[in-house]
Amino acid sequence: MRVRRVAATTVVFLLLAVPASAQPLVADLSDHLVKITLGFEGSDLLLFGAVEGKGEVVVVVYGPVETVTVRRKERTAGLIWMNRDEVTFVNVPAFYQVMSTRELGDWLPDSLRERHQIGTEHLDLPLHPALAGISRVEAERFREALIRRKKSLGHYARSVGTVSMLSARLFRTEVVFPTNVPTGTYTVEVFLVDDAQVISAQTTPLYVSKIGVLAEIFRFATVNAALYGLVAILIAVLAGLGANAIFRKG
Amino acid sequence: MNVYLPIAEISVNVFLLLGMGAGVGMLSGIFGVGGGFLMTPLLIFLGIPAPVAVGTEANQIVASSVSGALAHFRRGNVDLKMGFVLLIGGIIGSTAGVALFKWLKGAGQIDVVIRMSYVVFLGTIGGLMLIESFRSIRRSRVPGGPRRKLHEHHWFHGLPFKIRFRRSKLYISALLPLSVGALVGVLAAIMGVGGGFIMVPAMIYVLGMPTSVVVGTSLFQIVFVTANVTFLQAYQNHAVDILLAFFLIVGGVIGAQLGTRVGAKLPGEKLRFLLAAMVIAVCVKLGVDLVATPEDLYSLATGGGH
Repeated sequence: MRVRRVAATTVVFLLLAVPASAQPLVADLSDHLVKITLGFEGSDLLLFGAVEGKGEVVVVVYGPVETVTVRRKERTAGLIWMNRDEVTFVNVPAFYQVMSTRELGDWLPDSLRERHQIGTEHLDLPLHPALAGISRVEAERFREALIRRKKSLGHYARSVGTVSMLSARLFRTEVVFPTNVPTGTYTVEVFLVDDAQVISAQTTPLYVSKIGVLAEIFRFATVNAALYGLVAILIAVLAGLGANAIFRKG
Repeated sequence: MNVYLPIAEISVNVFLLLGMGAGVGMLSGIFGVGGGFLMTPLLIFLGIPAPVAVGTEANQIVASSVSGALAHFRRGNVDLKMGFVLLIGGIIGSTAGVALFKWLKGAGQIDVVIRMSYVVFLGTIGGLMLIESFRSIRRSRVPGGPRRKLHEHHWFHGLPFKIRFRRSKLYISALLPLSVGALVGVLAAIMGVGGGFIMVPAMIYVLGMPTSVVVGTSLFQIVFVTANVTFLQAYQNHAVDILLAFFLIVGGVIGAQLGTRVGAKLPGEKLRFLLAAMVIAVCVKLGVDLVATPEDLYSLATGGGH
């Protein structure tokens, strides 16, 4: 709640600070850093802004890109389900959400949606270069599976979220990050669409990062992996012997 | 109260982890088994990535077996010579196992191999235990193993590199304990278990060791092999979560103490029957998962492959 109040105050200041003749679209996030700490249970960020003139506001949240292999199980030897065929996609956004002031429809033509990758069906998910020969039907099946699995992970939104207009000029929406949110650099793109055209756009960066003890442990485990392994063993040995000593006395 | 695990990268309830540690620790206290065969599948069911479940459980087993190993060592229940030969096999096996694990993960087959290994080994061990506990409950005790064992006995004697193991009163080929150690090492690396459930029967029936040194010697081997798996899983696969291990160890220590007290009050045959039933239950659950049609045939993996 406190975050919202602060953000609402900021919106008012923002509105006051923007002269009438300014850009048609101004937007910002309540925070540009999502901190993953020991107690992290997901996070909500507030995206707010103001528009000049009429139009619909569309927001696209786009996570860091990664290479993803999609595997398909087949019943093998008439009994066991095993992974068989696989297709690898490159530059797959680890996280993806779309929000809009109005349900997507004819007012937002396909050409625009494609250009700005608005909606999962318009996501640009290139196949790994080694897979150029694969049939289009097959590629499409794996692509659909990728999006479906990402949705069930909570990394891709199941549907288009809502951007609400607080007044004729002010808008706000919430970006929800689940506990399993991928870390990295995100971009938040805000479009002002009118008359089937993007009148104005703004891109804001956003960082999702492990912080504090969590970041220290992760860094230790990846940078100094051998030492980390030895420390893990040492802790286990000490804990085992220590516990034994305590309980034998008690 | 949830905690975000730095390596597993998921948020899990702290009390659930402590409870799992305590529950499995209690069972291992009651039955005198390591409990890895229960904990690793539980961690995987919980959503911990399979490599992290295996690597971290190996780390926990170091903690849960070290004090037992030391106690047996003090009492002279460890055949050190046998232990070292087993250990050489174990280090080779577990090192190869971690490499195999990495390769299988890249090929997208690690989950199915883990599950299949569990089904095969738990099914066999659980079945044998069940049969034996039925027999001993009916008090019609038939000594020795099934006929197959006698047959194997023949070619054991033909193997070269014979060594005398004084403590175990044995004069057998070093290749035998080496291969037992290696097999257990591979299992430890792939299944995230100590391997006591396979090593103890192998020591009694295959090597012919006296029962007085079996438990101590197997614990001796388990401590070092799981330490090797911990190190390699941390070093090569970044798959050991210290925080997860910490909660499991704390829960496990408390549970094991309770378990030992409960176990002392239960009769031995019933105990073995219960353990067998539990082993079979885990085996059946994993087996059904392998055979049942999955909800979604497709799955995702980040990075690698094409």
